[in-house]
Amino acid sequence: MQNKLRGIASLRLELLQSYGFMARNWHLTKRYWGWEVVWFFYSLTSGLSVVFIAQGAEALTGSAPGFDVQYLTMYLIIGTLVWRYLSNIFMLTSEVIAWERWEGTIEYTLMAPVQRWVHLVGQTGYSLVYSLITTLAIGIAMALFFELDLADANLLGAGAVILAGSLSLIAIGIVASILPLLYPERGAQMTNVVEAAFLLISGVYYPITVLPEWMQAIAVISPVTFVLDGTRAAVLEGAGLAELWQYILPLLILGVLALPIGLRLFRAAENYAKRTGRLKRVG
Amino acid sequence: MSARHRPAEQPALVVEHISKFFHLPQPPLWKRLLGARVELPAPGELPVISEGEKAPVAAVDHVSFTIERGEIFGVLGPNGSGKSTLIRLISTLLTADRGCARIFGIDIRADEMAAKQLISRVSVDAAFFKKLSPMENLLYGARLYGVTGSEAKIKAYEILGRLGLKRATYTEPMEEMSRGMQQKVAIARAFLTSPILLLLDEPTTGLDPRSKREVRAFIEELRDSHDATILITTHDMEEADLLCDRVSVIHEGRLVATDTPAALKRSIATNGEQPTLEDVFMRLTGEKLVDRDATEAPGT
Repeated sequence: MQNKLRGIASLRLELLQSYGFMARNWHLTKRYWGWEVVWFFYSLTSGLSVVFIAQGAEALTGSAPGFDVQYLTMYLIIGTLVWRYLSNIFMLTSEVIAWERWEGTIEYTLMAPVQRWVHLVGQTGYSLVYSLITTLAIGIAMALFFELDLADANLLGAGAVILAGSLSLIAIGIVASILPLLYPERGAQMTNVVEAAFLLISGVYYPITVLPEWMQAIAVISPVTFVLDGTRAAVLEGAGLAELWQYILPLLILGVLALPIGLRLFRAAENYAKRTGRLKRVG
Repeated sequence: MSARHRPAEQPALVVEHISKFFHLPQPPLWKRLLGARVELPAPGELPVISEGEKAPVAAVDHVSFTIERGEIFGVLGPNGSGKSTLIRLISTLLTADRGCARIFGIDIRADEMAAKQLISRVSVDAAFFKKLSPMENLLYGARLYGVTGSEAKIKAYEILGRLGLKRATYTEPMEEMSRGMQQKVAIARAFLTSPILLLLDEPTTGLDPRSKREVRAFIEELRDSHDATILITTHDMEEADLLCDRVSVIHEGRLVATDTPAALKRSIATNGEQPTLEDVFMRLTGEKLVDRDATEAPGT
């Protein structure tokens, strides 16, 4: 009985602490609202710029395109939205330390009696909600520009693929967040390189078959490739859950394996930072 | 042992032979992979290095002391003497190369999470999310220590009010506040979590005389009413004299004296003179208070 009560008290504390990180991030989002507006328009305009390529195919080639413009439009919209969602999750998770360094709060946060996984649950929980809402907003805005044909789309299936893929991106984000821990001054920029590499190799705006062979070899193990292929199959071809399983299962396995590895690596990096004095506020 | 368990017979803080070095020569990687460790120098000694290598620094060198429950213990030292490194070691932000620290019997390395629940720290830099308001920052901090939002709000209003902050500032971004006001919020944040051991790293630096006095009164009250034990580092000799039950003087990473302010002053008194704590400091460190802008090691 006593153990049970202790367990409940511990769970309550962990939930409160996780909520503390989420509430802090919500307050930061509100305070930086101007930046949020700028980021929304930037994301929308860059997404539209890509999708208009499909609409301009005829004008570009000077002849009627030998492909379905509507299909290509949807293909690019899916790439834009899925990438916006996944890259937001990656970015917010990988910035768990970078934010603390920018604000000078790293020592305060890391000396608080919070298990690191609780800290990361708070940060990633917020990143999931934030990414979902901002991506939906961009999707709605894009729908004002293009006619979306979702008649045969399996939207629930697409949601399941994206959700399964989120786990892997969180795990990769946790591993990338080690960089600002180890390299106080340049770590945050290094995470941008990781994000750019995923954009290049994962078939966000084109099939990975157009890539050089050595890139294709990397692309087939990128979780972003699986998410994009699965989402396109669900939305463009109306693939059912049975067909989507080939995308969901590897994503779940990757996520379940990568999350504890990411957490373990983070802990090792934190211990190294404590040994070498790298937690001191910088940047 | 429960985090909040404080056996009466246990001292609040025991620091034993704690040392932290930076830039010590490392064995080659292959030797380290085979388990070779960095050779730690003896007290007061540093290894000879070859040309081009970074000079090793003994930021804290075999420091030992005990603080009893309810005591206000001051650590005095010039810039770069190791005060902040010592505080970082106790607050688990740095790992000691040698020695250990126990808070009410809890070894900070063996049971880091339990030790963290007992301590709070106010550093010389008020570390806040600058765009957030004092209230938002306090709520964030309180939740990390298990204090609910509603509970924290009530306490925050009380503490901020008593520290002399106007209500209108509670919801304004921290970046719009003066450094002194930010430091008061930092102190409020530490008090909010009802720490059993409070680590104050130059908490009144940059505050005006009135604010300094308010903070001192609050520190004393925290000790008297909340049964807290306080470790404070400061450059302000008058503050140390007024506040501290005992003080240690740290110089080049080593403690050179520990006693009550009165006993330290007596120890250097000659020919009926009444020396101040500043005189004691000068005598023990051979330096002026803040004239040594030392090149600081990563953790100092």
